[in-house]
Order: sequence, then structure tokens, then C-alpha cells
Amino acid sequence: SAASPGAWRGAAARCRTRRGCAVQRKPEYDLLVIGGGSGGLACAKEAAQFGRKVAVLDYVEPSPPGTKWGLGGTCVNVGCIPKKLMHQAALLGSALKDAQILSLSALFLFHSCSSSLNVRLCCFLPNRKVKYFNVKGSFSDPHTIRGLTKGGKETILTAEKIVIATGGRPKYPIHVAGALEYGITSDDLFWLKESPGKTLVVGASYISLECAGFLTGIGLDTTVMMRSIPLRGFDQQMASLVTEYMESYGTKFLKKCIPTKVEKLESNRLQVTWKNTDSGTEETDSFDTVMWAVGRAPDTKALNLETVGVKTNSETGKIIVDAREATSVPHIYAVGDITEGRPELTPTAIAAGKLLAQRLFGQSSELMDYDNVPTTVFTPLEYGCVGLSEEKAVQCYGSDNIEVYHAYYKPLEFTVAERDATQCYMKMVCLREREQRILGLHFIGPNAGEVIQGFALGIKCGATYPQLMKTIGIHPTCAEEITKLHITKRSGLDATVTGC
Amino acid sequence: AFLHPPPGVTQRELWFMRKLSPSKDMSLKHHKGNPQKLLEMNGHTAVPHSYDYDLIVIGGGSGGLAAAKEAAKYEKKVMVLDFVTPTPLGNSWGLGGTCVNVGCIPKKLMHQAALLGQALQDSRKFGWQFPEEVKHNWMTMTESVQNYIGSLNWGYRVALREKKVTYENAYGEFVQPHTVKATNKRGVEKLYTAERFLIATGERPRYLGIPGDKEYCISSDDLFSLPYCPGKTLVVGASYVALECAGFLAGLGLDVTVMVRSILLRGFDQDMANKIGEYMEEHGIKFIREFVPIKVEQIEEGTPGRLKVTAKSTKGNEVIGGEYNTVLLAIGRDACTRKIGLDKVGVKINEKTGKIPVNDMEQTNVPYIYAIGDILQDRLELTPVAIQAGRLLVQRLYGGATTKCDYVNVPTTVFTPLEYGACGYSEENAIQKFGEENIEVYHSHFWPLEWTVPSRDNNKCYAKIICNIRDNERVIGFHVLGPNAGEVTQGFAAAIKCGLTKEQLDSTIGIHPVCAEVFTTLSVTKRSG
Repeated sequence: SAASPGAWRGAAARCRTRRGCAVQRKPEYDLLVIGGGSGGLACAKEAAQFGRKVAVLDYVEPSPPGTKWGLGGTCVNVGCIPKKLMHQAALLGSALKDAQILSLSALFLFHSCSSSLNVRLCCFLPNRKVKYFNVKGSFSDPHTIRGLTKGGKETILTAEKIVIATGGRPKYPIHVAGALEYGITSDDLFWLKESPGKTLVVGASYISLECAGFLTGIGLDTTVMMRSIPLRGFDQQMASLVTEYMESYGTKFLKKCIPTKVEKLESNRLQVTWKNTDSGTEETDSFDTVMWAVGRAPDTKALNLETVGVKTNSETGKIIVDAREATSVPHIYAVGDITEGRPELTPTAIAAGKLLAQRLFGQSSELMDYDNVPTTVFTPLEYGCVGLSEEKAVQCYGSDNIEVYHAYYKPLEFTVAERDATQCYMKMVCLREREQRILGLHFIGPNAGEVIQGFALGIKCGATYPQLMKTIGIHPTCAEEITKLHITKRSGLDATVTGC
Repeated sequence: AFLHPPPGVTQRELWFMRKLSPSKDMSLKHHKGNPQKLLEMNGHTAVPHSYDYDLIVIGGGSGGLAAAKEAAKYEKKVMVLDFVTPTPLGNSWGLGGTCVNVGCIPKKLMHQAALLGQALQDSRKFGWQFPEEVKHNWMTMTESVQNYIGSLNWGYRVALREKKVTYENAYGEFVQPHTVKATNKRGVEKLYTAERFLIATGERPRYLGIPGDKEYCISSDDLFSLPYCPGKTLVVGASYVALECAGFLAGLGLDVTVMVRSILLRGFDQDMANKIGEYMEEHGIKFIREFVPIKVEQIEEGTPGRLKVTAKSTKGNEVIGGEYNTVLLAIGRDACTRKIGLDKVGVKINEKTGKIPVNDMEQTNVPYIYAIGDILQDRLELTPVAIQAGRLLVQRLYGGATTKCDYVNVPTTVFTPLEYGACGYSEENAIQKFGEENIEVYHSHFWPLEWTVPSRDNNKCYAKIICNIRDNERVIGFHVLGPNAGEVTQGFAAAIKCGLTKEQLDSTIGIHPVCAEVFTTLSVTKRSG
């Protein structure tokens, strides 16, 4: 139909006057997606491809400091995209150093970077076959969503099937005085108009380390405060190499420290007090910016899930789904960061959303495969991985049954530039039995994501260690070192790569 | 040197030893315990019952060194002979062969220098501010690159010593069965015998054979250690060496022209090759197509001097002239097989190309002589291939292994300004082999995220895969144009080795946001238009 969004709203309004219409007559939409992020949009677009009537509801609740953005969700607006661009800005700083210009008098102008970033971020193109509503949606019955605009206007939408893809938002610490008033999160960082200056990043998640990394890279005095271990869930040997490199790169670390309060000084600076759990002492310092990166949580409260009976995990607040992404209510589905136990990654949300639409409206029965999802962390020295961490492999198979091949290598471009490559490292975790199937691959170095992507496919195809060894390297690249891995951890031999 | 002659060595024999190798202690070590050998080599007719070495490797490049070190692991007595014949301009280099000295390593480093130039331009858009004028210093670059190479040369010598491989900086040539003559820089000759030989002499740049080429032109053998900035440069040829050199020279800010006889990157996928050419043209590199130089004259001496190049059309009689500071020849490479005495031992070569035919065990027609690397007929000229072939050969010879070098699905990359990575069939070869109706080509342009902020080169990066419809849409060709193409290609090459199909490609989750993820979402076929 060529009806304008206005006409649709009209239809919805008419519908509202007759109570209970959703159960009496066919719902207006075949599919309604709540949340216009990567996963939701992918699902909506795919459904529209099947000629279905689809609507997407998207609404960005401003962050506590008041930052908001448009359609596209976290990844595009306050996640992967701006962070990789900022990371690139920092890498270019290293390039300037390599070209011996940084020392001359290079300056980083934060606002000029962020303004060119924002130009890029505003160019999101909506899909014409999908209706968009900039409203905050909540369930009023299993097939009906009540949408509220910023101004408080109500829209009622009914649909046959509903997908929840509202994602997560950064958490604030609960027991730290001043946290909410004075702190920012990754939701604000990329939209700052002025340089954050001397920054304290609290947390040890990948978000924390990535942000601290690029802030250091653009020349800011940056400190990471962490309670326990960095990059929980990732291979811990790799995680410590990542932070070791960051330390040599200039990022400061306050380990085993817990913030207790944030106060605003007369100078407008923020004074942060924390407890060092090792020494038991209380310490303090002042910063221009305090950023919380202590985790993300789904915002399910506003959805009014209880009324329709969609079950959530009481601890995490995430929605419980089965292998078909179905919630406890059969026609209501969920994809992306809001789902319990799934990787919080854009490409998995996109793939899950697409496959879901194909199952709902196409003839497909293909399920999303959440195993062996590759990922990369854009810390100053990048870290890419796929499959099991070494500790997870040991836990699953026992240390006697796994073989770990590893190597320290030096990227060619580091040599002439005299960059430190102490932490450039890779390891492959394999089963020890004859086939030596690869369970996990971990790579720290430049372009880690580009390197890992293809190998992730190999692992998907059931690659074994001997098969990888038969693959001829591409010279001179970093990735070729993976095809030459031959020192096992068990052997205790020196794993430093020498020469060609 | 001969303070302690081996037991049983007579004065006369000692004299022979001195005559054969007057300058080095080494010679004593080589012949220790086997003075009989010396007598045999100097006219005695007795058939040697044992040799000086188990294996002599002629050529200390990537392949030869890898094989030598591998053989040493099996406690074999191994010798490497390496000698670099100076270029017409007099340049030579240390141990390690083409890749390390005048190939992959310096070219990637200079490519990196050019990329840094691009990074400088990008960085302004990313918020960096620095003085307007940034200059590139050729000498600083070449010195750093040469220092690094120097450290590698040294590393190789140390590695050989540690592994107890004998190394001689001498030119090796066969003089009679199981025997080579090694001639060092000073013309001193020595004879060595071995049970087996491995020829790994590689290739050197070809010259045009026109007036002025050897006198005034340089090759890639000279470029990376050129003691002055080459200035306005004419690159002759369209091989990957030509395009890579032209690319980084232009990236360093030089005025560069490429003279091409026919097509770009022969042997590579032509769709990709033409896109590389287009990109280079858009980035200021001039192309003179279908012309070949016929004469090079010097107008003025200097560093660089001024040269006049006269070229003739390949289609007609048109003759053009041009003035350049430097002319770099990159028209191909010739195997170093014609002056190593192969006729003396009966090793056959392809008379036309000079290349050596071998069986799938890298064995020549003379059973005890093997060959690896760039000198092989119908094999890939790539460092990692030579290394792999060398190692596997040695493992078969001495380790009881049976694994042969697999020359199929070897990935490679070209460090042109827009990098190119490939594995498997080119589109034209796939069509030829399987028929157009049996292959499906999926493709897509992409725009690296890092290029969006400086808003450059939209729709230039390109991803293409070729699938065999008859075989479950198995991926038989992989091609990518974009940043870090080599890093991207490597893993996919491993996956292709594991029998990758299009379905598996589609079901793999991308890594966001990286260039390589484009391959997990390819949906448009070329057929669909």
C-alpha cells in the first residue's frame, strides 16, 4: 500500500476507538519491531522483503547528561562505529609518530574529530518499505503496543508478531555518590563537543579499555580503574597482554580499586575518591571527566512485559528466549543484546534478526548458530578471537586433552618504526587427539579483526591444526604467522618468531 | 691456519688443501677426517664412497635457507652457497635472497611509508593538526629499511651457525656429478661434494636489451638501496613488481609514469587488475599503454640524473619520447639457471624460460638434484611457497615424511596502493576450467569505515568470490581489493583449504566493523547484473 505514515496513524487511531479490536480483527501489521537498532532493523527489512507489512518503533531515552540520537541503535550511534573511528583517530596518531610528525607539534582537536564523526553518523538511510515511529513502545496486550511520542501523544499499533530488540544501555554504579550527576557513559562520550580532558574510565570491560585506549591515543591523560580482572569472559592471558600494552602506551591503571564518591570542585573538576582493596587505603584524584563503563543493562521495565507474560531473568533483566528466539509468549520474539545468554554483538543481532524474519515469513527453518562467533576488541593493540578461550577449553576438555600452539611475533611495520611488539602474540587452542580440531584462535596485533574473520570461517568448516599448517602464508603479513604456529605451550620452548 | 693438520695428511696433501682454500680455517673443518676426498677431487679416479656433505644448497634465499635449517634438524651435514652477482650498477647484498633484500620486505616497508603519507592526510580529518608542509626524506627511509635488512642478514648467518650449517659466500656451480665448485668474491675456488643437491638460486630482474638499459636504468635490485631520491620516474612493465613500486613511489609524492606493453598483472584476475590500474590512475599515476622503450639516453649525470626515453608503439610505428630522472625496469625476472653448470650434471631446463621442470617431489631429471623456489617451471614465485616446498622436501628426504608441497589454493597479496589479496581461481580461469554456466560469482563494493570520515575513495574497495555451482557452491576463488588485503585473505585461504562453501560463508558471523565482514554478507551475483 502507498499509504503515508500519517494515514497509518489514522488507522491506528480509528482502531483505538473500538476496544479489543486487536483480537477481533486482523492486526494492522504482520510484524512490529520494538527497537530500531542493528538487530531490529535487519529483522524488519528482511520481513519487508517478503512483502509483509512491517513497522519499527524506536525511541532513544536521553542519557542522564542529556545525550540523544536518531534511529540505528547503539552500534551506529554510540557503539562500534564511532568507537572504531575514534580508535582510527588514535591509530593515526601512532602513524604521525611513525612519520616523526607527532613530536613536531601535532595537536588533536577533539571537536574537529567529533564533528566529522557526527556528519558520518547522521547519514542513516531508512528503508522505505518499513514504517518508522519515533515512539516509546510498551505492551498493552499481547498483540497491541502503545506508543508514546516525546510530547506524550499516544499511538496504538497492533501486530500479528512482535519482536523486541531494544538493546541495552550503560549502567551507572548505584552506591557511588555523585556518579549520576557528574559522570558520563559511552552514550555521551562520542557526542561530546569538547575534549574530555583528563579522564577516569571506570570498569574493565572491552568498552572501558577501548575508550581508555583511544583517549590515550589522542593524547589525553587517561586512567582506567578496575575492580578485578580485565575483559572478563575473554581469554585471560590475552586480556593481560592487552592491558600490559596499554600501560606501555601510556594508559594508567588503578587496579583493585573501587570508586566511592565523585564531587565537583570549585574549579569544575571532578574529585574522585576510591578505595584500594589491596592496601585498604582511601585515595583521591581529580579529573575533567569521569566515564562509567561498568556494564550494560537492558531496559525492559518500560516495555510492560509482565502484562503479556514475557519472562525475563530476574537477575539480569534480560528476556529468556529459545533457539528460535521465541519468548515465553509464542508470537513474541526477541533478538540482540536484550536476550539472555547471547553474545552482545551487532553482527549476531543482525544475523539473528534476519534468520528470524526468514523463519517467520519465508520457508526457512534455519536457526541462528551462536557458536564460534568471532569478535575483536579495538584496544590500542587490537585483539581478535574466535572459539574457546584457553581456560574454557581446559574446563571443557581437561588440560591433558588440549594442545596450545603459540607465538610472539613482530609486525614488519613495527620494525622500522621501532614500535614495541612485546605483546604481539597469538595462540591456537586445539584438541590434542589425532585430528587436532581447532577450538579457539586468539590474535593480538594490528588489524586483528581483519585477520580473524577468515580463520573464523575455517573453524566453522571444522579446521584442524594440520589443515591450517598446509595453508601457505601470505608474505609479509601478520596473519601468516598463524599458518606457521608450531611451538606448543607444553614444550616450554621459546615461542618468539625469528626471521622469515 | 693449518696448525693442526688432520692425522695422516701428507705435506703434499696439505699443499693441495692450501691451494684449494688458502684463506680460511673453514676449509680445514670441511675436509677434516676425510683427506681421501681431497685426493679424489684432484685427479684421483677412485669413486668417492662418501661425500663432504649430505646436502649442498645452492642459493641462500628464503627457500634454500629454510631447507638447509630443516636438514640440520635431522643432524645432516649441510652447506649453503650464496653469492649475489652485483647488478649492472654494482649493487649487491647479504644473505637471505630476494625477499629479504630486494623484494617483499623492503617493498612492504616502502609501501608502509606511502600508507603513512595517506594516513597524514586522513589524520587532519580525524582531528589532528600539524604544520602544513610535511616532506618525505628518501634517505631516512632507505637507511632505516637497509638497517633492518642488515639485521636480518646477520640473523640468518647466526641462525645457520647455531644450526651448524656451513655457509659460504661463494658462487656455486656444478663441475661434475655430485661436485660443485664454489668461487668467492676474490676468485678463490673450492670444490665440494655432496650426496644430494638443492638448487634454489631464484631469479633476477630482466633487462630490455635496448641501448642504454644496463647503463642507465635501475631494477628493483637497485631501488630499495638507491642512495638518492629517484625523482620523476618511469616504471617499465606491468608486473606486480612494477605496480607496487610505481604505487609507493607515487605515494611518497613522486611523479610516476608506468609504461605498459599489454595488460596489467598477467596471470591475476583481470577484473581485479583493471580496478587496481584505475585506482592508481585516479591517484595520479600516469599510464602509457601499448608502448615499449627502444632507447634510453643520458641527458645529464647526477643523483638523480636526467634520462631521455624513446618508446615505440606496439601497434604501429608511433614513436614517443619522454624525460625522466629514473627509469625502473620491472618487465619480468629470469631464472638463474644458465650459469650454474647444469649441463655438466645433465639437469634439464626449459631452454626458453630457463626454468627447471621438477616432479611433485621437487626432484629434477637427475635424481640426486632437487630444485625449489622461483626457478621451478609452472610453480608459484612466492616466498612462503619456496619455504614450504623446501621444508617438506627435507622432511621427505630425511624424516621419513610423505607430505608433498600443495601448490593449489596458495593465497597471495599485491601491495599496490589499493591492496589486492587473492586465493584460488581467477574468474577467467574458473570459466575456462568449469564453464561459465557452472560458476557463480558473488561480488560487492565496500567502503572501509576508516575511509568514510576523510570521505575518500568511495566504491573502490571490492570483494569477489567465485563458486562452483556443481560442487555445492564450493568457493574456488577469493579476491579482495582494500586495506590490509593480505591480512584479510590469509584466514579465508585457510577456510578454502577446509573446503569452504558459500553456505558456510553466509552462516558465519561477521566481525563488526571490519572490511573482512563483507564476505559474510555477499548476496549479489554478477550474473544478476
